[in-house]
Amino acid sequence: MQRILRMASPVWLFPALLAFGHAPAWGQVNLAGVWNNLQILHEDEPERLPGPELGDYLGVPINAAARYRADAWDASLITLPEYQCRVHPSDYSPSFASIRMWDEYDKDSQQLIAIHIHHFAWNTERTIWMDGRPHPPEYALHTSMGFSTGKWEGDVLSVYTTHLKEGWIRRNGLPRSDRATFTEHFIRHGENLTLITVIRDPAYLTEPMIRTRDYVYEIGGQIAPYPCESVEEVIRPKGKIPHHLPGTNKFLDEFPARHGIPPEAARGGADTMYPEYEDKLRGAK
Amino acid sequence: MNLRSLLLFVAAAGLACAQDSEVHVWPVQANIYMIVGAGGNITVQTGKDGVLVVDTGLAPMADKTLAAIKSISDGPIRYIINTHYHADHTGGNEKIRLAGSTIVGANVTGDIKDAGVGAAILSHINVLNRMSAPTGKEPPSPDGGWPTSTFLSDQKKLYFNGEGIDILHQPAAHTDGDSIVFFRRSDVISTGDIFTTTNYPIIDLAGGGSIQGTIDALQKIVDMIIPVYGQEGGTMVIPGHGRLCDFGDVLNFREMTIIIRDRVQDMIKRGMTLEQVKAARPTQDYDPLYGSTTGFWTTDKFVEAVYKSLKGEK
Repeated sequence: MQRILRMASPVWLFPALLAFGHAPAWGQVNLAGVWNNLQILHEDEPERLPGPELGDYLGVPINAAARYRADAWDASLITLPEYQCRVHPSDYSPSFASIRMWDEYDKDSQQLIAIHIHHFAWNTERTIWMDGRPHPPEYALHTSMGFSTGKWEGDVLSVYTTHLKEGWIRRNGLPRSDRATFTEHFIRHGENLTLITVIRDPAYLTEPMIRTRDYVYEIGGQIAPYPCESVEEVIRPKGKIPHHLPGTNKFLDEFPARHGIPPEAARGGADTMYPEYEDKLRGAK
Repeated sequence: MNLRSLLLFVAAAGLACAQDSEVHVWPVQANIYMIVGAGGNITVQTGKDGVLVVDTGLAPMADKTLAAIKSISDGPIRYIINTHYHADHTGGNEKIRLAGSTIVGANVTGDIKDAGVGAAILSHINVLNRMSAPTGKEPPSPDGGWPTSTFLSDQKKLYFNGEGIDILHQPAAHTDGDSIVFFRRSDVISTGDIFTTTNYPIIDLAGGGSIQGTIDALQKIVDMIIPVYGQEGGTMVIPGHGRLCDFGDVLNFREMTIIIRDRVQDMIKRGMTLEQVKAARPTQDYDPLYGSTTGFWTTDKFVEAVYKSLKGEK
């Protein structure tokens, strides 16, 4: 009895709890806090603030259908009241600006239930379920944030997301379908965080689209509100959708002309992701 | 394709899809549920007054559908609302009606017990017209599944299970008898085949449908929805086929339908024939989402329907 009591004293209990409490669902690395990318806005800067140029599909593994759809896209679409507050989807939103991450633990078991992310952009929040629950059936609602489950792979948080609403690969009309899924890897190294996103879209991509973003930890960081209220910017007949009829989008030539890029390269596709594409272009000349 | 051929085609196509499929129940919000896998999607509203069902799926799936309804509520089935006449939405009418009952009284002729047999089937008058036939002719659908109560105007109102239900007729959309069903307190819209997530809009020209009517009906749904933020949440939308949806999904479908209408209209203005329009592939950017080269509603059939509808042909 005395031996048991001694074993149960706090001195023994603490390391024992650490050992037994090291369940797979426990976070390996603390990702909680505000992660800012304001110091590194130069990283893929067009995605952060102004939006990419029209007709810039360079380095994106799109198929012909995606290209055709992007060519028809008219930026005036987002002047429609019902489109003005459309949020960035979860595979794009963290590209745009700062995020706050926090953990949710079950009070009694102290098991990690979920990791939450708040995006500055459009005030959206998503949940990464860490408790092993299954993804819902296909006929469940799809959302801009999707349904995400995560697991620790060493010190890397890996996340798989399904049930997405239709979104975009770039903000110049390049579509990402509601059939897409994506995998993310959150990698913390000191005060820096790297987020790798791998998007797979059977409708519009011929190869996975890989994107990375970097953030810096901000002690005491705050994220501003992002309210949105739509207004009538342009008076139009009800049901009018701005778009370019096939072959009439005169803006598509501006991007390659401005930057001295071969027009065929600006059209994108998996080839344009790889260094060998330069050789291919040289060979074509 | 004539009306009878289309009806049989829809039923056969739906049956082929449904034969080896299971029926699933999915909660939507408040006291509304969605049943998938029985043909067209089925909406179920439950409460103290009993059960109300929007559409009934395919006839061969009726037993599974009924079991699914009973798994949600063992209350009496009082009402069936049909969004349109196609067999993948009305095939289970007879069996599900007979599993329910109607509250009757007042000026009933004959045996009052007989008057209460079966749930009431509500629809626009054009649904009954499409399912029935003049005396002496063979009707397209068995009479046990015909609507028992029809309306002729653009709206029928119902109060059931503590909420107002708007049944809104949409002329010349998917067919000439389409209704949108809006559960006002639950904030759920059941669209029938005006809106689907699995295919291009099915425009049943022989059944009185049209491309412009489809766009007008989609616009009506857009106008009725109030999202929580951006394009999401708030009003839930149960499509005729496919997954549960909300505002953003309907907007995307409306956008696609209008853009393709505009492209085909432009091609017609330029004097292109139907074959030339098909060859130009005006749907090619949306084909990965909605297109099909096989089955009942191919991309070619959709383009042809849009073309003929815009030219005023049947």
